[in-house]
Amino acid sequence: MERLSETDSLFFHRSDALQTLIRTEKLSKIYPNGTFANKSVDFSVLEGEIHGLVGENGAGKTTLMKMLYGEEQPSAGRILIDEKPVSLASEFAAIKAGIGMVHQHFMLVPSLTAAENLVLGKEPKRARTRTFDVEAAARITEELSARYNLPVIARARVADLSVSMRQKLEILKALYRGARILILDEPTAVLTPQETEELFVELKALKQQGKTIIFISHKLKEIFQLCDRVTVMRDGRLIASHRVADVDIHQISNEMVGREVRFEITRPSMAPGERVLDVRGLAFVDDFAIPKLKNVSFSLRKNEILGVVGVDGNGQSELVEIITGTQKALAGTVRVHGVDITNRPPSVIRRSGIAHIAEDRMTVGTALPASIEQNLLADRYWSRQFSTKGGFLKRREMSAYSGTLVREYDIRCNSAHQPVASLSGGNMQKVVIAREFTANASILIIAQPTRGVDIGAIEYIHSKIMEMRSAGKAILLVSSDLQEVMGLSDSLVVMHQGEIVAYFPDASRVTDKELGLYMLGLKRQSEDEIRKVLHE
Amino acid sequence: MINFILGVVTSANYWFIVLRSTAPILLVTLGAVITAQAGIMNMALEGSMLWAALVGVIASSATGNAWIGLLAGVGVSVLVALVLGFFALKLDANAVLSGVALNLVATGGTVFVLFSLTGDKGISSSLPSKVLPALTIPLVKDIPWIGKVISGQNIIVYIAALSVVFVDFILRRFTIGRRIRATGENIEAAKAAGIDPVRIKFFALIVSGVLAGLAGCFLSMGYTSNFTSGIAAGRGYVANAAQVVAGGTAVGSIFAAMLFGLMDAMATYLQNIGLMPELIQALPYAVTILGFVVVTFVRDRREAERKRRLFASSTMKKENVGGM
Repeated sequence: MERLSETDSLFFHRSDALQTLIRTEKLSKIYPNGTFANKSVDFSVLEGEIHGLVGENGAGKTTLMKMLYGEEQPSAGRILIDEKPVSLASEFAAIKAGIGMVHQHFMLVPSLTAAENLVLGKEPKRARTRTFDVEAAARITEELSARYNLPVIARARVADLSVSMRQKLEILKALYRGARILILDEPTAVLTPQETEELFVELKALKQQGKTIIFISHKLKEIFQLCDRVTVMRDGRLIASHRVADVDIHQISNEMVGREVRFEITRPSMAPGERVLDVRGLAFVDDFAIPKLKNVSFSLRKNEILGVVGVDGNGQSELVEIITGTQKALAGTVRVHGVDITNRPPSVIRRSGIAHIAEDRMTVGTALPASIEQNLLADRYWSRQFSTKGGFLKRREMSAYSGTLVREYDIRCNSAHQPVASLSGGNMQKVVIAREFTANASILIIAQPTRGVDIGAIEYIHSKIMEMRSAGKAILLVSSDLQEVMGLSDSLVVMHQGEIVAYFPDASRVTDKELGLYMLGLKRQSEDEIRKVLHE
Repeated sequence: MINFILGVVTSANYWFIVLRSTAPILLVTLGAVITAQAGIMNMALEGSMLWAALVGVIASSATGNAWIGLLAGVGVSVLVALVLGFFALKLDANAVLSGVALNLVATGGTVFVLFSLTGDKGISSSLPSKVLPALTIPLVKDIPWIGKVISGQNIIVYIAALSVVFVDFILRRFTIGRRIRATGENIEAAKAAGIDPVRIKFFALIVSGVLAGLAGCFLSMGYTSNFTSGIAAGRGYVANAAQVVAGGTAVGSIFAAMLFGLMDAMATYLQNIGLMPELIQALPYAVTILGFVVVTFVRDRREAERKRRLFASSTMKKENVGGM
């Protein structure tokens, strides 16, 4: 904490116009389950700055922000705005105190228009009848949108807006409620590089207009691009706050994990083998009648990692769901070693040799209340190894086996019998990986393997994926983390609006800027170039 | 048989009964609509109606005033809705199970109270209860045929018609309607906007309580002039199905309730010609459930069709990738 006051006072001397707008004093949070999420945190944000908040998953960032937004109540300590202690008993109280939050999952009602969403909770009414004033709502939205230079279509239903426009609408919503402090929770996770740059320009403009912004991110590069100051959290403690100009990326990452982080991924060169997975002409339409996949075709080879790049929601999830059998294709075929497995149940698909690291480990990847052991054995407990002919489970074999996996995959837990729900994101993911990588599959479908996972675990997961490649697996890797997918993949396909719009046989020879053009649909390769991904 | 039915459906008297039978189911369907839109299923509508029907009769016979009876009936109905809200929203119990429990309490409880007061377990005819007045509408009553259908109905029938406008206004014109829809559609978004979803759901429950109360009182103080055990006859349950047929809108409720009313009125006639009464009485319920199934089926089919068309048009527009 010594360091914080140092940097703070330094900062005051250099630009004495800036004052502390919001700060916490010895703020602590213990959850009912005993998790000590925040330990005596002294966090302070200056008026009119963009303040980055970084830390691994489970570092306590989200808890701290939830307390600032009134969603959680502190167990000890207090929050001061303009040096006056405030009680933020609810979101409503936080809004009144001038704090606005843009959540990672947008808080919008799809069937209402942008304008109706904007004014929700604080609606304009017709003077005489006291009924909802649709025109005024649209006018307010258009005015705010122009004033803060955040373009949205006021009269369009939110369901029809793009993700980046929904995000702008969320920011406007907070501003409409009089927010002086905007908290943005990993806002760039859903954006393309171009959209991210656009957002940064807009955020800097908001700063010019006197708004204070707290920017939460996993991506240190973004912190250095955008923020004035940065606060690092680890294990529920505030490690340090710095002026961004005074530190470099390595110091911050050291503080985040408490050790030096290796960013490079080592990859031995390897020639791909024969085709094992053939996807041809896949089509899918979602519940809202939006075509999510249109004629998607590609092949996957042994010893190959094929990366799927695209802005979230351009069909990647649906592609994975259809291949792994949790969703039914409208048209097209999926073949494993020449055997048609299209629209077969997941059990059949798994037996054909496909393993699946699901995008959402909380709902698909694991059964949260079940134990680590039960999750590890979920796809094999019925085998002769673990159950007798009479249908009894061999408890001793099971616990010996799960113990081995826990050690081998470095799952940090007290016992293999504790529920998966009690693990951190990274360790939960290791449970999934331990099961799927030992499932004897020839094909691995991996979606968002490191989303919300701390840096230490990311490194480990990446090395495991590379091991699998060397072991002769064919790997389809879907990730919205460009750095990750570009670093791991041998070759890349780009998806845009349910189609493959580009194929790069050599992932190392393409830049993220160029991928961005394809991701946004500004560029598209010729049929012949894309067709090469069929390897026919 | 065909001739008999043709004769019935062209008579003004039949349509008079249709409106009368539609009114209670319409009221309670509106109640189901507004709670469903707020994201809570009011399964206790049946219980609300039963208690309203009984308390209306008791209060009107005690005071000699039908209006006080109505007020008391509606009051107790709202109370049932509030108890459901307390269980489901404050104590976090399952709303459907709590509703069913309240209905079971109402089924037995109303009979118990009736028996304690009158010594009769079936009917309240020994109580000198009052009946809500019927209205004759000037001018309209002189229009041939139509006058006979529309004029002279019980006042609750007209209130039911006005309730459609009332609920429609709440849902579409007033800010509370947007808040109700926001709460039902994305509760987190509502919370983030500073809306208290518990208050919104309580509001919806209270409105549904009033509507179910009006329906219940009508059954014992207009439709008939006594409370009989089980007088709600499952209308509160059917309302939740009718709500789906109504597509979650006030105006749609007219059609859903009308479907029930048409069959209910027809059943009255068919009983008279000696068809199996038990079977005939099941007709309005069967038809509503059938409507529920058909509406859901048609909706799904349409959705699938829309998807197929959209997909076809999107693949025709562009030349596509792949080896097909």
